[in-house]
Amino acid sequence: MEWSGSKAPDIDVSEKKSIGKGVFRKCDGCDETMVAEELEKNFEVCPRCGKHHKLRAARWRELLLDEGELDEWDRDLVPGDPLDFKDDKPYPARVAAAQRSSGAQEAFESGAAKIGGMPVAYGSFIFAFMGGSMGSVVGEKITRLFERGTQMQLPVVLLQSSGGARMQEGILSLMQMAKGVAALERHRAARLPFVSVLLHPTTGGVAASFALLGDVNIAEPQALIGFAGARVIETTIRQTLPEGFQRSEFLMAHGMIDRISSRLEMRREISSMLGHMSRGRRSRG
Amino acid sequence: MASHVLPFEKPVVELLNRVRELRAQAGEEREIVPELERLEDKARHLARELFSNLTAWQKVQLSRHPSRPYTLDYIERIFTEFQELHGDRAFADDESIIGGFAKFRGKSVMVIGHQKGRGAKENVRRNFGMPHPEGYRKAKRLFELADRFSLPILTFIDTAGAYPGIGAEERGQSEAIGSCLYTMSASHVPIIATIIGEGGSGGALALGVANRVHVLEYGTYSVITPEGCASILYRDGAMAETAAASLRMTARELLNLGVVDFIIGEPPGGAHQDFDAAAKSVESALADGLGALAHLGPTELREHRYRRFRSLGAVIGD
Ligand SMILES: [Zn+2]
Repeated sequence: MEWSGSKAPDIDVSEKKSIGKGVFRKCDGCDETMVAEELEKNFEVCPRCGKHHKLRAARWRELLLDEGELDEWDRDLVPGDPLDFKDDKPYPARVAAAQRSSGAQEAFESGAAKIGGMPVAYGSFIFAFMGGSMGSVVGEKITRLFERGTQMQLPVVLLQSSGGARMQEGILSLMQMAKGVAALERHRAARLPFVSVLLHPTTGGVAASFALLGDVNIAEPQALIGFAGARVIETTIRQTLPEGFQRSEFLMAHGMIDRISSRLEMRREISSMLGHMSRGRRSRG
Repeated sequence: MASHVLPFEKPVVELLNRVRELRAQAGEEREIVPELERLEDKARHLARELFSNLTAWQKVQLSRHPSRPYTLDYIERIFTEFQELHGDRAFADDESIIGGFAKFRGKSVMVIGHQKGRGAKENVRRNFGMPHPEGYRKAKRLFELADRFSLPILTFIDTAGAYPGIGAEERGQSEAIGSCLYTMSASHVPIIATIIGEGGSGGALALGVANRVHVLEYGTYSVITPEGCASILYRDGAMAETAAASLRMTARELLNLGVVDFIIGEPPGGAHQDFDAAAKSVESALADGLGALAHLGPTELREHRYRRFRSLGAVIGD
């Protein structure tokens, strides 16, 4: 259920290769080699086959938010080491390494923003930071996101991409699931919309808390979304998993998500649904 | 009672069995009573001594002990008029979670808990206490029912985790667990969760968003099993013993972290040595817990629960 730890985060999934002068990359979907810039300009969506490669949190801002602007909240929160945890390195050293390699303080960013002119409380996991795993800081930031949304009467738009709870903070990571959901409950009680945007991958404790509780759940194509890891399931049931298992399309077929949308359409999708929901709310007085 | 014996508990079990035998005879033969008392004392002493130095891994094994009392064993001893309520109204009745109306010291309550099976046959029926989404949706339905009729909710946590399987994913295990957290958060009645054995991750937390969380002395609560943690972080399942210690999953550590509010002492040798005594301690903790929440009104109960979980975590800066 939980994020693993020592593997380097795959920010740029597709292969980078220098051929001649320009930098070329091979698409993970169609194996076609193209100029790297072409993929980057298209927000990591392959112009040939539509494959969605992973996109950094910073570029998601650029893609979704008006002027790409986020008035950030709680930027300076950093984790303690409540368990005095050590695997092959002590947890504080692991956090420091993640901060260096990702350029982020923690695995979540949030703040005030606008989408299509509408003010929102916006949050996004940063997968490059320890696989977007949820420890105390992520849980706290998500809780504050819903609390601020409630106070400021703003819809919450939350981009999910996480391997689950962060093992290095043990049981306190598990508690973040309850904390975040409780804050969401208050936000919903105030009749404010919550759009959950499910990116690749959304699993474990993040999936099993707020990620699938959106008023609207909208996913990217082919994103891995599920409770248990494929390996755990395979060892438990001693069976190979079917093609497409736990992918966005599987979840939609089983009634768990509302829509699947191309990344390039996501901004329009979100602003349109926010429009519908704010109208409904107003008419109720 | 305890047919399965763990290596480290063997001396205690032998002594406790000897005391039991003697007690059975004592009814007729008065002259062995002093010896019986001496032995009982010795057994208690030995148990306390041996069990005071248990490692985290040994406590994990105790929390999973196949002879340990399960939810139904407690229900039988603590409540009257238990009326089990079945089904999620959508798909099935998942027997790895049970729930229903009951009376606690004369007052109506809602009881919900994980239920492991005793023996192979019952374990198949109970799926080893590992719920599918329909189990969580039944729990959610009963949480809502309790809220509508102002019944305090008493949950019993005892699961290795929610079941990882194809059907479970198809039917939305994630959403089902998330919805339990949501519904418990929204509740306006007093909720007390008691961890009686294994508190395995999200599948346990789904019954754990309570105003008070109690744990038995040899109960555990963790974000992941020590085996799972070992195979992922240390790339070696055999490191489970190390992982058990690193995860701080024992009762004392949970109390220190603020994750549980109260530790319920177990009888000498553990709850499985004396179901009645264990149930009595759980019952009195529930009575005290309900007493401590009695002054809170419906809105305050929801607020109290929110504050409780809101404060958990280790964050630097503001
Ligand atoms: Zn392609």
